[in-house]
Amino acid sequence: MTTETIDRIISGDVRSAARLMRGIEEDTPDALKTLETLYRHTGRAYIVGITGAPGGGKSTLVDALIGAFRRREMKVGVVAIDPTSPLTGGAILGDRVRMQQHCTDPAVFIRSVATRGWLGGLARAAVGMMHVMDAMGKDVVLVETVGIGQQEVDVTRLAHTSLYVLTPGSGDSIQMMKAGILEMADIFVINKADQEGAYRVKMELEAMMAMQGEHPEAHEQRQPPVLLTEAVYGKGVDDLCQEILKHRDYLLSYGLMQKREHERVRLELAEALEAALKALIDSRTDHELYESLVDDLVQRRIGPQSAASQLIGRLSRT
Amino acid sequence: MRAEKKLRVLVAKPGLDGHDRGVKVIARGFRDAGHEVIYTGVHQTPEQIVSTAIQEDVDLVGLSCLSGAHLFLFSEVLRQLREQGADDITVIGGGIIPDEDVLRLKDAGIREVFLPGTSLDEILKWTEENVCPASSGQEPAR
Ligand code: B12
Ligand SMILES: Nc1nc2c(ncn2[C@@H]2O[C@H](COP(=O)(O)OP(=O)(O)O)[C@@H](O)[C@H]2O)c(=O)[nH]1
Ligand SMILES: [Mg+2]
Repeated sequence: MTTETIDRIISGDVRSAARLMRGIEEDTPDALKTLETLYRHTGRAYIVGITGAPGGGKSTLVDALIGAFRRREMKVGVVAIDPTSPLTGGAILGDRVRMQQHCTDPAVFIRSVATRGWLGGLARAAVGMMHVMDAMGKDVVLVETVGIGQQEVDVTRLAHTSLYVLTPGSGDSIQMMKAGILEMADIFVINKADQEGAYRVKMELEAMMAMQGEHPEAHEQRQPPVLLTEAVYGKGVDDLCQEILKHRDYLLSYGLMQKREHERVRLELAEALEAALKALIDSRTDHELYESLVDDLVQRRIGPQSAASQLIGRLSRT
Repeated sequence: MRAEKKLRVLVAKPGLDGHDRGVKVIARGFRDAGHEVIYTGVHQTPEQIVSTAIQEDVDLVGLSCLSGAHLFLFSEVLRQLREQGADDITVIGGGIIPDEDVLRLKDAGIREVFLPGTSLDEILKWTEENVCPASSGQEPAR
């Protein structure tokens, strides 16, 4: 069954791919096994991350970028991530509303994902979906994520090129931009450039990058360009697409692609290891002891560190 | 009402009908029950609805129409789902629909039709009883 599924997915079958993605989200052993086999067929797609505050126009930009890549005859996958409501566990996945003009193009595959319980970052589900699209033969996979929490940092690490989207209204928020983003974004996009103040934001951003000078940990000695776009009117989007491809050429010609790929894979391995360890620990924890330690903590008879050590000392061996 | 099992649901407005209040109420209701809802906005063609349903691997498609064009539009969605081998997906509908058309729609394969005044709880209860999440990881029917 697995080999058949693999063959179907590689030949681009949408239903099989969509169903596998569902299994990946649900963490079913079958799906994870299939994904594991599929891994050998991945590694060709170019991953572009798009992050930034809600409402900045990321989905609209993704829609326009799909068009720009299609004009270059590239096949496109999209993974659009929206938050799960912590209260109800439900979600309204609305990114797709902006992308519907492309949904009947057989070379385009759009998938919405809810963050579910992911604590930090872009958990394995989204990464798994990128792999499925990669294996389906998509040339480029666009990953849109909400710029909150750890997600924006993780998407920049998992992508080959990461875009950070700002708007003219976000002048103040530049100062607030999370540490790390400035170094990790490869291209800054100031969308809604039809609104006043886009140039001012561009100048502030460039000034900030200049001030920071050469960051010792930056991947490359390259100043990220700042582009202006009007996603709803499609303005500046072709230039943005060009800039993404230029960044790819840059990574290739300076031998940086290999380095990025190593970093990407390292992160994937770290996440897989973390999940596996967590599952292992969960399955071997002495639950009685756990509960009694909780009581001890409540009574302040013991601190959390020593409680954890005790639990680790008592992990069962089977 | 809180759902026992999490479903993926597409709510869609086919055709030129711009009445989107009802569909938004429904979308929020499903979300608050704990489901994952994909809403694609107004003015969708049946083709768009069908390819979205397949790409998103939804368990349920909810169509909303208040303009009177439900017979053609709903049937067309059903036809195209069949054509794509995706008629295992449950399809329901709602909106301004005369009683005699409710019967015709059900004959065509719309599993249930909810008219104005239906409470969210009724809709959620029906869903709970009639729709199961696709057994994940299994091959889709074709
Ligand atoms: C509000 C309204 C408008 C608003 C719409 C605002 C908006 N963004 O939605 C405005 C003023 C814009 C409007 C415009 C028009 N309207 Co108007 N409108 C109404 C009105 C008064 C209420 C609709 C409503 O919002 N109800 C509240 C929601 C919550 O209820 P609901 O949509 O019915 O949904 C419930 C159920 O039907 C069901 N349901 C609905 N969809 C779904 C989907 C699923 C999956 C499920 C499970 C359940 C479900 O569950 C919901 C909760 O109970 C109705 C009359 C009426 N009493 O229904 C006319 C009505 C729908 N409009 C009508 C008309 C003719 C028009 C116009 C053509 C008028 C004109 N000549 O310009 C335009 C067309 C607009 C367009 N682009 O399509 C007619 C339609 C006639 C027909 N079908 O034969 C109606 C019936 C009035 C009438 N009696 O003539 N309208
Ligand atoms: N004025 C203006 N509005 C835009 C532009 N791009 C997107 N928008 C609007 O901004 C709103 C949010 O867009 P969306 O793509 O959903 O943002 P996201 O939350 O970042 O994905 C929508 O109403 C868009 O129509 C733009 O270039 N100019
Ligand atoms: Mg969005």
